[in-house]
Amino acid sequence: MAKGVKPRVKVPKSASAGEVVTLKTLISHKMESGQRKDGDGNLIPRSIINRFTCELNGKMVIDVTLEPAISTNPYLEFDARVDEGGEFKFTWYDDDGSVYEESKPIAVS
Amino acid sequence: MKKFHGIAALVAASFTGAAIATADENAELVINGDIEIVTKTAAPAHLSDALDEVMSGWRFRSDQTQSMQMDDFDNPGMLGAENGAEIWATADGTEGKSCADCHGAPEEMAGVKAVYPKWNEEAGEVRTLQMQVNDCRENRMGAEPWGYDKSDAIDVEALLASVSRGMPVNVAIDGPAQEAWEKGKEIYYTRFGQLELSCANCHEDNYGNMIRADHLSQGQINGFPTYRLKNTKLNGAHSRFKGCIRDTRAETFSPGSPEFVALELYVASRGNGLSVEGPSVRN
Repeated sequence: MAKGVKPRVKVPKSASAGEVVTLKTLISHKMESGQRKDGDGNLIPRSIINRFTCELNGKMVIDVTLEPAISTNPYLEFDARVDEGGEFKFTWYDDDGSVYEESKPIAVS
Repeated sequence: MKKFHGIAALVAASFTGAAIATADENAELVINGDIEIVTKTAAPAHLSDALDEVMSGWRFRSDQTQSMQMDDFDNPGMLGAENGAEIWATADGTEGKSCADCHGAPEEMAGVKAVYPKWNEEAGEVRTLQMQVNDCRENRMGAEPWGYDKSDAIDVEALLASVSRGMPVNVAIDGPAQEAWEKGKEIYYTRFGQLELSCANCHEDNYGNMIRADHLSQGQINGFPTYRLKNTKLNGAHSRFKGCIRDTRAETFSPGSPEFVALELYVASRGNGLSVEGPSVRN
């Protein structure tokens, strides 16, 4: 597991039915591209977050493939339409097989 | 006529391009919709011959970069401050003490960043915040001092800056600090390197102009430590000085050297009246 990885999300606490809300996510991760060499000239192996998904009550909101050119601490901001209250589930998939999860409830008024 | 239209379209296109590339120098900075930051104010008295107004580097950045600093969630520099808060609460060294054991919560230190670099009577020298932190580590905690502008040092500096945001920079330049201040001023106006450039040539005579692709700011350091998009990490003021002097093709001073301590005091005093803004976001 890569060091210092910490997911963060920002979700509004409530929304009106059918409202489009903005979600912000950030995961601290070094996103080592696999192109760089260390001081001795050896290739530093690639270690990135390669996939990110967001689901609302089990229904996919967004499914992103991330590539090595994406810089450190990837920040993703996107919109989602909320028809009913429930829980947003965010998942990050690491090259090393680790899976980081975070979830946040949202109420519909 | 057709040719004329072509030129008009080209002119229109280049204006649009310029609007994206250059900054909105009249924007106002409010962080988290709460902390109001003074990014433009009357120049301090000692600068009255040189400048009428002092402006934070934030005003010289593009809209996108500006907006990253308006919400802590969007500001990658806050990751450093967060790490700094962890270090703050963690015991280290032979005494088994953390920063928090003596100083309490980081918020207790609000206002400290605003007055550094500062004269230390006991030591008989002007000290930067990082020097003061290292003095604590060595003499009160029995811990190893951190390298100047290295990650742990800069993260704690970012934490201390973040709790002082919105407070006016107010470093003392008279009394015992005056000697260092004069030395810093001399460095500021001395031309260095093969390009024979002083700090003032760019940041006093030409701020607002482009130096090739860079939009020159006034070189204020009220926003330090600064998260730079170009190297995706927090940068200290001394490292920035080093980069600037290197760009004049000169041999630079080292971060933490007496020359840079004096220069930091002088440059900080040029921003007296601007708000503490660190950790800021710049390109």
